[in-house]
Amino acid sequence: MTLQAPAAHAAADMDGDAPQQDAAGRARTARSAAGRIGGVWLVGVILPVALAAGWELAVAGGFANGRLMPPPSQIWSELARLAASGELWTHLLTTLWRVLAGFAIGAIAGTLAGLLTGASGLARQALDPTIQALRAIPSIAWVPLFILWLGIFEASKVALIAVGVFFPVYLGVMGAIGSIDRKLVEVGRVFRLGRVQMATRVLLPAVLPEWVISLRSGLGLGFMFVVAAEFMGASEGLGYLLVDGQQLGKPAQILAAIITFAILGKLCDQALVVATRPLLAWRDTVRARL
Amino acid sequence: MLTFANLTKTYAGGGVAALSQVDLAVQAGEIAAIVGGSGCGKTTLLRLTAGLDQASSGFIEIDGDRVTTPHPAIGIVFQEPRLLPWLTVRDNVAFGLGDQPRAARRQRADEALERVGLAGYGDRWPRELSGGQQQRVAIARALAPRPKALLLDEPFSALDAFTRASLHDHLLALWEESRPTVVIVTHDVEEAVTLGDRIIVMQPRPGRIYEEIPVDLPRPRDRMSPNFDAAKRRVLKALDNSLNPQHPPGQAAPAGGALWW
Repeated sequence: MTLQAPAAHAAADMDGDAPQQDAAGRARTARSAAGRIGGVWLVGVILPVALAAGWELAVAGGFANGRLMPPPSQIWSELARLAASGELWTHLLTTLWRVLAGFAIGAIAGTLAGLLTGASGLARQALDPTIQALRAIPSIAWVPLFILWLGIFEASKVALIAVGVFFPVYLGVMGAIGSIDRKLVEVGRVFRLGRVQMATRVLLPAVLPEWVISLRSGLGLGFMFVVAAEFMGASEGLGYLLVDGQQLGKPAQILAAIITFAILGKLCDQALVVATRPLLAWRDTVRARL
Repeated sequence: MLTFANLTKTYAGGGVAALSQVDLAVQAGEIAAIVGGSGCGKTTLLRLTAGLDQASSGFIEIDGDRVTTPHPAIGIVFQEPRLLPWLTVRDNVAFGLGDQPRAARRQRADEALERVGLAGYGDRWPRELSGGQQQRVAIARALAPRPKALLLDEPFSALDAFTRASLHDHLLALWEESRPTVVIVTHDVEEAVTLGDRIIVMQPRPGRIYEEIPVDLPRPRDRMSPNFDAAKRRVLKALDNSLNPQHPPGQAAPAGGALWW
């Protein structure tokens, strides 16, 4: 028997709590959400703008000496100078390249290792204690060794960043696999999925939200370690600008580099969020965690 | 035909057998409803049949084929919908059709959705559906590969009475189409009498069959009719006796026995 269409609709409506909205209601929700986001954004801007304006006025009015802590106008003109001479872009691209290369290596290695130890008890017992012991070493401690092994140029820097990115990604993926709902895994078993299919059709999608979160913390650490790497000896990069500014007594240059770091880091993080958003459209959470 | 022979299950850690020497044959196309107090092994029986757990001794066969791992001819609907939240409703229904080409998979899934009254819901996410709709998607998912036997583990227990009644009608309509063998575990006696050709009353510690009660009422069954009521009373009494061993079968149940759970 096939159900008559009206009967089917009636039955569909009979379930009662079906979350259905009329078009007008949806539009209303969308508008108010947009308004809320705009408002929140503005609220967040008040504090930094007020602080910057206050300092600018304090220095301009002669209440403070701006030599060690230059006012925003000086930082801005320093940024403009660096950008006009092209220096800024050279340093920025060098740093960006190092972060992305290290991030790619660390994220891929961390994901694979996390999958392995998360899905296999034997691999976890064999590998996880060693990895956890390595994690306990402050990553900066590797620098002298990496420089001896890989030289003072790019390879040692990228290696340090990769190490920094590896651990949060590894921990995130391994933990997420361990906490997958057994009930969903059973659905895979009932439909007789093999090991590979179980991994690609159930385990991986189930850990996607945690994976993206771990990638974001990994990316953040990548930016932390690129500075460390560039402190150790570099002739290019935003970290070099910092050291150079310190040695030559140019606080405006230091602050210009710091602001560039902030903007670059935020943009990279945002790019990661936007790139992974389509993968996470299915989530049913109070608010997106990303 | 679904056959259980001398089926016994003791969980690791020992103790009383969850299931002890169960012998049962469910005919092809029959609807068997299993009721029983908590700990009577009804869910264990279903998990063994689904191939999710291994029997300690005895065996299960479907048309002469031993069931030790999940079997392609057996579908299961769990107590919760257990939809995969990252798949659309359509892809959830098509989850068990992995061996077929994409177009055929899509068509089969849409057909199955139409049969459970959810045509047009294929592109939604599971979270956008109500509990009753989600459970219907779960039924469509189990039926899409056209199993010979369908197992249902208290599938409607989380739903309100009204939704439950509508899903009973849906289930019976679906069953009429292809007449699969159905084993439904429930703690709702009215549900058992509404759906079952035969009601298997189980008894706990160790889990075993206490009584089998045939229900010879024509479908669709009138829940208000005296015969329906009589069948319900019979099941309630059997349940009550199964939980109070001091009352041998046939003796009157004490007052308030309907609240056996």
